[in-house]
Amino acid sequence: MSESTAPVLRAEGLVKTHYGEGAPAHAVRGVDLSVARGEFVAITGPSGAGKSTLLHLLGGLQRPDKGSIWLDGECTDGYDEARWAVERRRRIGIVFQFFNLVSDLSVADNVELPALLAGVPPKQARAEREALLEELGLTGKERSVPGELSGGEQQRVALARALVNHPPLLLADEPAGSLDSRGTREVMRLLSRFHQRGQTIVLVTHDARLASAADRVISFFDGRIVDDAALDGGPSSGKGISGVLELKD
Amino acid sequence: MRLPLLALLARGPAHGYELKQDLEQLLGSAYPQPNVGQIYVTLGRLEKSGLIEGEDVEQSSRPNKKVYHLTDAGREALRAWYEETADEPRVRDEFFMKLALAPQTGLADQIALINKQRRQYLNTMRELSKLAAAEDRDNRIAHLLIEGAMLHLQADLDWLERCQEELEDLQ
Repeated sequence: MSESTAPVLRAEGLVKTHYGEGAPAHAVRGVDLSVARGEFVAITGPSGAGKSTLLHLLGGLQRPDKGSIWLDGECTDGYDEARWAVERRRRIGIVFQFFNLVSDLSVADNVELPALLAGVPPKQARAEREALLEELGLTGKERSVPGELSGGEQQRVALARALVNHPPLLLADEPAGSLDSRGTREVMRLLSRFHQRGQTIVLVTHDARLASAADRVISFFDGRIVDDAALDGGPSSGKGISGVLELKD
Repeated sequence: MRLPLLALLARGPAHGYELKQDLEQLLGSAYPQPNVGQIYVTLGRLEKSGLIEGEDVEQSSRPNKKVYHLTDAGREALRAWYEETADEPRVRDEFFMKLALAPQTGLADQIALINKQRRQYLNTMRELSKLAAAEDRDNRIAHLLIEGAMLHLQADLDWLERCQEELEDLQ
């Protein structure tokens, strides 16, 4: 299969069980999933449904007990930790709920670091960083450290870091989970903007507002996909938006 | 529609079409606009019940227009409106009845009902997001209206999720 037609991401028969104290937790119980290039997929469900575990499997942050994952048609079964780390710089960008920025590095260094680690020449890394920070409205914050920024700003830095190497796939794990309503809208606007430019995104969220920015929503319950719906954006049956917006006496 | 029209007239006299425009400007393009006929009918009723009074104003090339102003009784009705708190929003009772009664009819699966309803809510949520993006950034009232609708829908989606959690265990 040629690179351009293979799904950016494909998973088959994924299973993951956490063994801790007490009964084993069946976080992911047989998941098949295919994400085409340019798709924006949201995975929603209650907390504890296993959706974050699923995202961690897809990004190689955890390994499945069973099942396989393909990136651009390439099977990852044989990948070791080091190889996954490389792919997370080249092919997969990830943003997390709590940003996970390096707290004693400046904003500029946080963004440039993955580029430098991927072997991008310093000059080019700086240019990429400047362009992204400007795009994300963070010009002037380059020398700050993450602790000096608001949550919304830190998440934008994390987004810049995730995208600095132009990965074909962006994974986002509750990216607005620790932000207020305004920060949530900002994240939503930025994800939509990158998606419109062709970025493939898989987003895990319990927030339906955020999920509605996607063009496909997967409902995840108890370790399984229970619904997989394309949001067509067309008028919904029923009274739709005029019904929910109309102020009644 | 009655009390909002009284509230718009509290600022000063206006004719029907002006009131429609004021409402549009305040609530933004997202708000499903009442048609002008509906406004005229409501104004007629308000006049009949003595809450407003209309005066014909002559126009040179067009038929007379009627300019309305609040009466004392109208101002009193408005004051009373502001004194009451509003009723709470209601649970989606029609959907809930469908869901609750589904097993005994044997005609629908509860989880399928929930999934179908969720798709509709998500599509509506998406339309609301688009409306918010298209709305004038500076119109705070319009944005708050859309955000209110989104938060209500979010609550309904959370509730569907709870229904699904509980009912899946039974299946």
